[in-house]
Amino acid sequence: MAANDKTNDFEKIIELKNVSKSFDGKAVVKDLSLSIRRGQFVTLLGPSGCGKTTLLRMIAGFETPTSGEIYIGGVPMSSIPPYKRPVNTVFQKYALFPHLNVFKNIAFGLKLKRIADPTKPAKERYVTKQTVVDGKVRRERVKVSVEATRKLTKSEIADKVNRALKLVGLEDYGHRDVNSLSGGQQQRVAIARALVCEPKVLLLDEPLGALDLKMRKEMQIELKKMHEELGITFIFVTHDQEEALTMSDVVVVMNDGIIQQVAQPKKIYDEPQNAFVADFIGESNILTGIMEKDYTIRFLGKTLACVDKGFEKNERVDVIIRPEDIGISAGPGQGHFDGEVLTVVFKGTYYEMEVKAGDYEFTVQNQVEFQKGAAVSLTIAPDSIHIMKKLITINKFVGYVYDEETICFAEGDWEIPAQGFEKGDEVVVQIPFNAVELTDDEEDGVIGARVAQSVYKGTYYQVQVITDTYEDFYVDTADEWDMDDRVGIKIDPAKVLVDAYVAPEETADEEK
Amino acid sequence: MKKSTMWTIARWAILIVVLLAIYLPLILIMVYSFSGARSAGDTFGEFTFSQYANLFEDKKLLTATKNTIVVGVVSALIATLLGTTAAVGIHYMRRRWQTAVDTASQITVVNAEIVTAMGFFLLMLFLRDTVKLPVNFGLGWLIVAHTVITTPYVILTVSPRLKQLNPNLLEASMDLGAGAIRSLITVLLPQLAGAMVSGFALAFTLSLDDFVVTNINGTGVDTISTIVYDGLRNKLNPDIRALSTIIFVLVLGVLIVGNIIKNKRLQNEARKK
Repeated sequence: MAANDKTNDFEKIIELKNVSKSFDGKAVVKDLSLSIRRGQFVTLLGPSGCGKTTLLRMIAGFETPTSGEIYIGGVPMSSIPPYKRPVNTVFQKYALFPHLNVFKNIAFGLKLKRIADPTKPAKERYVTKQTVVDGKVRRERVKVSVEATRKLTKSEIADKVNRALKLVGLEDYGHRDVNSLSGGQQQRVAIARALVCEPKVLLLDEPLGALDLKMRKEMQIELKKMHEELGITFIFVTHDQEEALTMSDVVVVMNDGIIQQVAQPKKIYDEPQNAFVADFIGESNILTGIMEKDYTIRFLGKTLACVDKGFEKNERVDVIIRPEDIGISAGPGQGHFDGEVLTVVFKGTYYEMEVKAGDYEFTVQNQVEFQKGAAVSLTIAPDSIHIMKKLITINKFVGYVYDEETICFAEGDWEIPAQGFEKGDEVVVQIPFNAVELTDDEEDGVIGARVAQSVYKGTYYQVQVITDTYEDFYVDTADEWDMDDRVGIKIDPAKVLVDAYVAPEETADEEK
Repeated sequence: MKKSTMWTIARWAILIVVLLAIYLPLILIMVYSFSGARSAGDTFGEFTFSQYANLFEDKKLLTATKNTIVVGVVSALIATLLGTTAAVGIHYMRRRWQTAVDTASQITVVNAEIVTAMGFFLLMLFLRDTVKLPVNFGLGWLIVAHTVITTPYVILTVSPRLKQLNPNLLEASMDLGAGAIRSLITVLLPQLAGAMVSGFALAFTLSLDDFVVTNINGTGVDTISTIVYDGLRNKLNPDIRALSTIIFVLVLGVLIVGNIIKNKRLQNEARKK
């Protein structure tokens, strides 16, 4: 068992331990830990601004983590500059050197590279070694033997460049000016330029984002092929979920600087960990349900069997059902939910229908077409129902009492009655999602905020807004709100719960 | 007359008046550079090259020309080096500082030149008489002053080129194993070469052109601009007309050649695309 652990450690080519990064006080990556195994094709997937590119740039060494440590091949990277790391990057906009031709672009890294030279004797060098003994840093000069190195010869460089050109299918392009190449060809040169340095890990920052659809599909297949041939680790950043699912061994779904799920593509699709992943990966019907007991879920007024357990009795949960997992048949009374077809769209191999059942509009995909207006019945098998913990079920803030009618929190003065509290008392304010109201005009609200996320829950939208001091509010609302819109926040004081604030125990937050 | 024809005539009339206003003084000087008249505007008299011949015998003028070129070339070289370095530094700065430093570096561009000139004058007095440094007005001080004045213009010329560059260029170089200094020289500098030449030309022209700072800070050192000024004010030296004409023709020549080179390059780039 112990030996097994050892090999597993060896297999971890990259390890991130509690890595955080903030820019000007704004957290972009939050306390993130992740291990990547040697030889895997790993995709970092998430919407723009989720921190995936920052994470890649920290691995490459272009950004320094605010806290935490990155290990590559077991070596901590905090003091190692980008040009000494065993990784190479393919940039989204290629970043080829415009003054060099294709050959010289690819040869750039090789000309700087030094390799071991066994024909020369090892040199002895003195280095300063730091040891910490009893909390004191002790420095001493130690003699070490350093292997002799040499630069690559001209013919070695030419060999390697030509092999790299062949790998990316640009054999006769060495003499060409890089500005005369098409986008796809430039991207191939960029890949060759990185691969020729024989990195332990190849980092790809949305490398196909600037290509047209046909070119992108071609490059996807070729990249996958290269990965299989070379056997080195690929870390691939994309916001395209289809790209992530088709190419990767492992997908890391990120949002808001936090890893939402790490799993194989199929598992990500079939068993999304939470509503965000389900919504981001493929199409989903997301409803709110109540877990009556193990294996029994109640939503839309019906109680159904499911395959999940381990929730609290009557816990509010997210219910996720993929559109292709819903059975549809003609006439009412056949299945679990009776409904009416609102729209039908032919999608090439199947029909996509919006079916209104109760107050929810299901998205249903099926090979059989039902006419618009037809009365249908929907059937949902137990293993098609995915139950997920609601991430947050109530907005919770710590504030203080300003006067009998006013409580201050999240940089706002809110009209909430504070009977039974003294002025200046610290309180916990709990605001249900449906007690928050968003206003179109920022001025109409008590405080202003930015819309960060809007997830359709069938009968309403669950909207996350972020205030200027980076406090989150979750709002259940009938209206859809556009991402990044500025809105005002109002609260219905009648639905708000105010409790005395009790400072948490020292260790209370350790686990999380 | 049709209304549209009237407008066309009006448009051309305005254009001709504006162009005349700009070029009439120049034309006057050029024409009179071939006349022996004491001052431009007198009766033309007979056509002569004597002013041009005199130029090459005037010792004072030859020294002034040498001074002008020395100050111009040396200060423009230093300004190009400093300005490019500063532009690169500003470009890769964090956004918050970037704006502040960028603005600070450009204030002297909009500042009244007479104020800058007085500033240099007082600074030299301070350094010489208060701090008691062994320095004085003269050629060296002129080079310093011209460098300071022209550096912001080099920054202005190089910055736009930096903004056009691929944002990941330096990172790509470091990623492939080159250290920061090597990346700067082997990757960034080749991209900036064109802009640096433009910056140098601009700095040199500004130095050549400068009168206010030079007149106040060059005590005892004459440049073409101070000579021309003296020559005109005292209405004494008709040779100045010949000198002005030569300067104008030279500048015009440089401008035309520069434009031809630029057009060639643009055509080349267009062909590649």
